Amino acid sequence: MEGAGPAQPVLRLTDITKHFGPVVANDGVSFDLHRGEVIALLGENGAGKTTLMNILFGQYTADAGYVELFGERLPPGRPRAALDAGVGMVHQHFTLAGNLTVWENIVLGVDGLTAPSLRPAKAKARIRDLSERFHLKVDPEVRVGSLTVGERQRVEILKALYRDAKILILDEPTAVLTPQETDALFATLRQAVAQGLSVVFISHKLHEVLAIASRVVVLRHGRLVAERETKGATREELAALMVGAEVTAPSFEPTVPGPVLLSLKNVTTTGEGRATGLRDVSLDLRAGQITGLAGVSGNGQGALSDLIAGLDSPASGEMWLAGALPRHWSPRTAIAEGIARIPEDRHHTGTIADFNLVENAVLETYRTTYSTGGWMNWTDARRFAGDLIDKYDVRCPSRNIRIRLLSGGNMQKLILGRVLEGEPRIILANQPVRGLDIGAVNYVHGQLAEARARGAAVLLISEDLDEIQRLSDVIHVISEGRLSPAFARGTMKPEELGAWMAGHGFKETTHAA
Amino acid sequence: MRLEPIEAPGVARRVLPPALAIVATFVVAAVLAMIAGGDPLRVFGEIVKGAVGSKFALLETLNRATPLIFTGLAVAVAFRAKLWNIGAEAQLYAGAVVTVVLGTGALTLPAPVLLPLIGVAAALAGALVLLVPAILKTRFGVDEVVTTLLFNFIFLLFVSYLLEGPLKDPMGMGWPKSPRLIDEARLPRIVEGLRLHWGFALALIAAVAVWVIQTRTTLGFEMRAVGQNAEAARFAGMPVMSVILKTALLSGGLAALAGFSEVSGLKGSLTLDLSPGYGYTGIVVAMLALLHPLGVVVAALFVAAIFVGADSMSRAVGVPTYLADIMLATALLLMVLAILLTKFRVRRD
Amino acid sequence: MEFLDILLSASFWAAAIRIASPLIFATLGELICERAGVLNLGIEGIMVAGAFAGWIAVWAGLPLWGGVAVAFATGMALGFVHSVLSVPFGLSQHVVGVGLTLLATALTFYTYRVVLPEVSSPPKIQAFTAVEIPVLSKIPLIGPALFNQTPLTYAAFIMVAVVAFVLYRTPLGLAVRAVGENPGAVAAQGLSVTGIRMGAVIVGSGFMAVGGSFLTLSAFDSFFFDMVNGRGWICIALVVFGAWKPGKALLGAILFAAFDAFQIRLQQTSVGAFLPYQVFLMMPYILSILALVAMSRRAEVPAALMVPFNKGER
Repeated sequence: MEGAGPAQPVLRLTDITKHFGPVVANDGVSFDLHRGEVIALLGENGAGKTTLMNILFGQYTADAGYVELFGERLPPGRPRAALDAGVGMVHQHFTLAGNLTVWENIVLGVDGLTAPSLRPAKAKARIRDLSERFHLKVDPEVRVGSLTVGERQRVEILKALYRDAKILILDEPTAVLTPQETDALFATLRQAVAQGLSVVFISHKLHEVLAIASRVVVLRHGRLVAERETKGATREELAALMVGAEVTAPSFEPTVPGPVLLSLKNVTTTGEGRATGLRDVSLDLRAGQITGLAGVSGNGQGALSDLIAGLDSPASGEMWLAGALPRHWSPRTAIAEGIARIPEDRHHTGTIADFNLVENAVLETYRTTYSTGGWMNWTDARRFAGDLIDKYDVRCPSRNIRIRLLSGGNMQKLILGRVLEGEPRIILANQPVRGLDIGAVNYVHGQLAEARARGAAVLLISEDLDEIQRLSDVIHVISEGRLSPAFARGTMKPEELGAWMAGHGFKETTHAA
Repeated sequence: MRLEPIEAPGVARRVLPPALAIVATFVVAAVLAMIAGGDPLRVFGEIVKGAVGSKFALLETLNRATPLIFTGLAVAVAFRAKLWNIGAEAQLYAGAVVTVVLGTGALTLPAPVLLPLIGVAAALAGALVLLVPAILKTRFGVDEVVTTLLFNFIFLLFVSYLLEGPLKDPMGMGWPKSPRLIDEARLPRIVEGLRLHWGFALALIAAVAVWVIQTRTTLGFEMRAVGQNAEAARFAGMPVMSVILKTALLSGGLAALAGFSEVSGLKGSLTLDLSPGYGYTGIVVAMLALLHPLGVVVAALFVAAIFVGADSMSRAVGVPTYLADIMLATALLLMVLAILLTKFRVRRD
Repeated sequence: MEFLDILLSASFWAAAIRIASPLIFATLGELICERAGVLNLGIEGIMVAGAFAGWIAVWAGLPLWGGVAVAFATGMALGFVHSVLSVPFGLSQHVVGVGLTLLATALTFYTYRVVLPEVSSPPKIQAFTAVEIPVLSKIPLIGPALFNQTPLTYAAFIMVAVVAFVLYRTPLGLAVRAVGENPGAVAAQGLSVTGIRMGAVIVGSGFMAVGGSFLTLSAFDSFFFDMVNGRGWICIALVVFGAWKPGKALLGAILFAAFDAFQIRLQQTSVGAFLPYQVFLMMPYILSILALVAMSRRAEVPAALMVPFNKGER
């Protein structure tokens, strides 16, 4: 039959099941989406949300079950089928080519590959029209490589609207936005929904789910465990559904801050290879205190992390370590100075995927502790790795397997063990829980709490404002490489921090150059 | 199509793909031999006979394997650290040139002093030849594949100039050829009367030494780490640039020893056809050995046997010797695919 | 002044354009591959195979353009081998490329020996001859240089325009440029990353082989074992020098060829008398290395060059 009646769902998933080897990613998942409705797909990392969307988009073929769009069964394994039927997706990691302009990115693939021309004038006019109608301001002529994260997200949404998407799927869309930008996104979505669009909103941020969705579908370990109206639902209730059991997060008793262990005085860096460097940053890290760094990604967190990790040096300004100026700053000196570094990307920076657990365990200390005169001492190294595995509860079949085969949580535990074993004075934790499940999150936070209690100075960098506010004794906000003043625990509301994240409140520094 | 990593590959998984790659290589060779009018069984029979069928054949194979062990090690060491040294050919000639410069009478010392001296100097020369592309890589980010390849052409022209100019043999009747080495600069035979020189033993020692370096020393640990993931190595405090340069020195030095060993042990003088592409064949050797230094010895023997066997096969059956080159290139491509298939499974979804 | 005499002679520029022609084809081919994210180090061997295939086809009785077509098809076949190994299987592009060069070269030499077992010197064919374009060829200096060349040289220049048009003005070219930068963007639109990349490598390899066939069908009239002599590697440097843009690559190829033609003429002057000829022969290779160093900081490398794409990776 042509067309869908008013009561018929625009999207229906029926009994979707998918295995990866022994792992069940989706287990009999069914739900409906109706015209002009926003539903939230809620679940932890690894609950099966991404797999489900990949099946909808034909990237994977389901072992069982089927997808219907506007009443028509979708042929499995055909990536174009869902797109052609009017489903658009905004991925968590943007699917844009930085070397192309905005309009080129938007028209990519629209006319197939055989059309003789791109008809740029027509495309650009249509994009301008759409961006006005949905308040998605962006210039079609600029190269995507030069856009901010927020602008790129707008391009992604425009891409879907350009294809006349009737259903829009957004995967963790707010992870890269300030609270204010999130509000703007929600306004755009409400407007689109009023015009008949349907939205699937994938997230694990409960307050956002409650704010935008009318219905919520909760996934846990690949199964649909609950489906309910958001009206009347509470955050606690949804959290319990998502995690499956009450989990107790570690608590942070107030402490008396100790002496300053690391101090930046008016530091500016070039931020080589980063979106932005640091601009005239002054910062004190005190013993027994967690200093949180909030901000939208790409605003200088990487530059600050590189600086403290030893990968970068101040172009101007000074960095003091325990009252002294370190000479020849490098990762090796940072390690020697007792700085524990938990890198942002544990797969590519923190570990070597094809090295085994022993080799990864001694990556930072092989020269000082596990070798003599240039000869490796593998016996000691193996014993050390074994100790770490026991003490930090790294679940693995053997210390001789490649670390690639470990889950993210276990990988992070090995890194934690590696850097915390020497009872470091300073800890740099850059996005330490990103992508981990709740159990591992609490474990990592617990370790940071313990280190704080024993007198370590911790710098916690995170894009998750909740995490920052829960753990930090003082909070700084970073925006375009500038650092806000220190805010004590509990003195700032999220919206106030959000204003700083958006760049408001900074005194424009007098430009020397 | 999608590749899915296999967590714990079984025995069949680890053995079957490489075995099939070898079989497929021989099938390809058989078909090509038939096209050339040869009976495949006879062709393979002649190759085996020519490679290991007599004492003379066997010694010839060991002699041919010697430079291949050196260049194979040079490539294996460099590739392990993801330094794509395709210039072993140039480094080999650098070693040969130094051997000729020092070994034709410029130094008159007793052999036990002169030989090690020349060996070390040759290795240094090869190391320096690779150091240039390595510095271009670390300082300017210039891809070393192209620079090392281009260096091969440059260096061969340089050798051509030397052989027609400063290093030309006055008694050579006009041929571009160097004078012969003095006796003290010649590597002696391992056993008197057998045509096998100490270069082969040196190659075996080099293989063991490289293996020890890679598995037992901090430098080896660093070289492997930089090759697997330079970013993580840098984060962990390893001096990545200096590790790459050290790798280049080691790799270039090993390749140069092939030139030293060929001139001093086998030929006695330098001509422009000293190496029939040993530098390039070293890549095949290293890949067939999965970059393992001890595997290089086995792979070099295998490759040498095919070359030596193909020469005598060609004389007997009339199928062109290039069949050997085809077999090795095919084996190389199929082997890298086979190794992948021991670790990943192909999925259709 | 001898230098100026050389630079102002029409025959010098005609030679430069002739020397540039095979490089233009092969550089375009490599550029297509690299724009799609695949470094094709098979180029040297593919050029050898193309030179031989085109020549042997004409020797066997095909017309000259038939020889070009045979070369193109040979290149595509070799490109297919490269693309299967490097794209869906994502094997090291360095190893696959070098392996393919070894394979293509060995196959060529083997076939030569099988087809022509007893010959001492390779037979000659009737190669392309220069076609003078009326009026235009009468322009001083530029005329004889640009408009009195063989049809295959004209084809090289036309192909630069065609490739530039396809890359920048058509949906297909847009997809190729995108897939070399962020294959995920292409996959998200339901397009096949594997298909686009394999197609680019196959077509690009065809161009390389045509570049090789220029040597046997236009520049010379016979096939020699070492006739490609590193031109493939030089083309890889030219792609970098041309910042992955067809127009700039064309300019680079002509500049490079002009330098090559210049050094040949310089050998016959008073300078050539006191410098060994090997120094002149080294120049093209040294120039390529210098070009790489000079461009290394500025060039915009396709972000996904040499990065395999496996959609199962999470």
